[in-house]
Amino acid sequence: MASSQKRITKEYAEVTANPPAGIHVSLVDESNVHNWNVILDGPEGSPYAGGKFTLLLVLPSDYPFKPPKINFKTRIWHPNVTFDEHGSMCIGILKPEAWKPSSKILSVLTATQNLLVEPVPDDAVESSAAEKFKNDRPAFDKEAREYTKKYAK
Amino acid sequence: MDSEDDFMSGLSSDDDMLDDQSDNDDESVAEFGIDESDPELDFSHKKDTKKKKTSFEINFKVYKPEDIQRQQDDLIDEVNMILDIRKEDAAILLRHFRWNKERLIEDYMDRPKKVLEAAGLGPSTTGPPKLEVVPDFMCDICCEDEPGLKSFAMKCGHRFCASCYNQYLVQKIKEEGEAARIQCPADGCNRIIDAKSLDLLVAADLQQRYHELLTRTYVEDKEHLKWCPAPDCPNAIECGIKKKDLIRVVPTVACGCDYKFCFGCILADHQPAPCELVKRWLKKCADDSETANWISAHTKECPKCNSTIEKNGGCNHMTCRKCKHEFCWMCMGLWSEHGTSWYNCNRFEEKSSSDARDAQTKSRVSLQRYLHYYNRYANHEQSAKLDKDIFIKTEKKMVQLQSASGMSWIEVQYLNAASHALQECRQTLKWTYAFAFYLARNNMTEMFEDNQKDLEMAVEALSEMFEKNVNELSEPKLKVDIMDKTSYCSKRRDKILEHTAENLANGGWSWSVDF
Repeated sequence: MASSQKRITKEYAEVTANPPAGIHVSLVDESNVHNWNVILDGPEGSPYAGGKFTLLLVLPSDYPFKPPKINFKTRIWHPNVTFDEHGSMCIGILKPEAWKPSSKILSVLTATQNLLVEPVPDDAVESSAAEKFKNDRPAFDKEAREYTKKYAK
Repeated sequence: MDSEDDFMSGLSSDDDMLDDQSDNDDESVAEFGIDESDPELDFSHKKDTKKKKTSFEINFKVYKPEDIQRQQDDLIDEVNMILDIRKEDAAILLRHFRWNKERLIEDYMDRPKKVLEAAGLGPSTTGPPKLEVVPDFMCDICCEDEPGLKSFAMKCGHRFCASCYNQYLVQKIKEEGEAARIQCPADGCNRIIDAKSLDLLVAADLQQRYHELLTRTYVEDKEHLKWCPAPDCPNAIECGIKKKDLIRVVPTVACGCDYKFCFGCILADHQPAPCELVKRWLKKCADDSETANWISAHTKECPKCNSTIEKNGGCNHMTCRKCKHEFCWMCMGLWSEHGTSWYNCNRFEEKSSSDARDAQTKSRVSLQRYLHYYNRYANHEQSAKLDKDIFIKTEKKMVQLQSASGMSWIEVQYLNAASHALQECRQTLKWTYAFAFYLARNNMTEMFEDNQKDLEMAVEALSEMFEKNVNELSEPKLKVDIMDKTSYCSKRRDKILEHTAENLANGGWSWSVDF
């Protein structure tokens, strides 16, 4: 779809020309603007600090009418991300009823960054992480830091 | 207790009304016919026009799609005049207030700004919606910026090109089935798209779909309106029965498409059983669906006299209590052929196994009780499922009869009436068994069972006559018999339904469980 091509190219140009702090994007394959490689620095002040997380952002053919899909390729121990090879993430802006065609990829990326700083345990997909986050914050931080060291150095 | 008055005022229904149920049926059909073609459908006065006939009938109205549309239009016009706002906005406000006109007007009078904001109708300027060509415009969705690009913005000012707007709306309507709450495509804007703007932006087929979906929300938002659940039926039914009434009344309604269903729970007609009982019974049947398996696993028929035998101990040496036949539980063969070498009955004397036997006997009794009712319930259900075949057969018979005996169309209608009565009575009989399952034993229950027996005997007798071949059916005597039996069946059905409905309304039944 031509319209989606133009829009994605523009968004890609904006994000690469003026990248937000701690986020680096590139195309998985230069000839295909639909698949983005995202490298996210673990935000300072979070247990993920010091880690580098790779994510895959896929823009469907009917983007921007349908939301992008984004998954962690680097394992991360987080209440809202599945702790498996899929690294599926639960995030409000990507829910079909919240997504609007004028929503931007940049806001998806910054929302993801925010999610690392502030997990939303009530929307958890990884219940053991959510429970620890709610009931024993120091233990949660410690475990998340260990996994960051192990997988995202 | 106003609701009681509402549906009990027909208690005094005169007997001659009941004497000919088939007449009654014709009458009600005719009445629906009038309702449907009546151009002046109005909620309030219509309710009173249909007289109640019996204690088990309730007041209701059937609405066709155009009636439902007109009701909405009337409400929209009214709000449009009272509040002096655009019709499109009135429609959005009404949907936002779930069609509660009074509350909308009251709230709007108090805080118009807040109400508009909450319904997604922020500050507005006037003028009809139109496509525009705006200089230096770039669509925020597709990033096209070629000169002459047609674009559209609602009152919120968020402007997108016509094709993106269209694609967005197509997706919302077609894929997501959304209509009443489609927001502006701009991120974070909660302004709701109105019908006029929508009509400007999408093709005619989608406009139609959009309006269908809007109509659907109207019925779904109203407590007194429900869609007829029959496949492909576009009608809705209005009925004033409230949820709290459902323990004292079984609100069966009949749609213009002939489908009868319960307004309380949308299941097929289940008179005389109230909704709560039906729910419990269906759950029990679902839970106990393994029961039949259990029985087949734990009981066997005596190989000689076919009595059902339940194995209640470890012993394989079975002696039929009825005919004293001795056989082996394992192979069902004659016991005398087995000898005693591998047979060990010691366990049978142990306390644990005798306890187990007692428990099994107990559960067997309650199981038998349940199965007694379930089998009869299921039998009538099965017969009800065959109704369609019966009806087709009847039609064929009627045609044959017309050519074989020279009877006119009108003269063979008695078979149609018989078929109709059979279907109706079986549906009722089926639920009388679920009803009876939960009844405590007392005089009233006995009366109920007598009524049930009368109805069942009449139905089976009619069913038998009905099965006769065409030659016999054309005999004038049988015709008279069938007509008599048909009317008798309907009378018996009325009888049992009246008895149950009246005592349901005044809490006269004692149940074996709490409802």
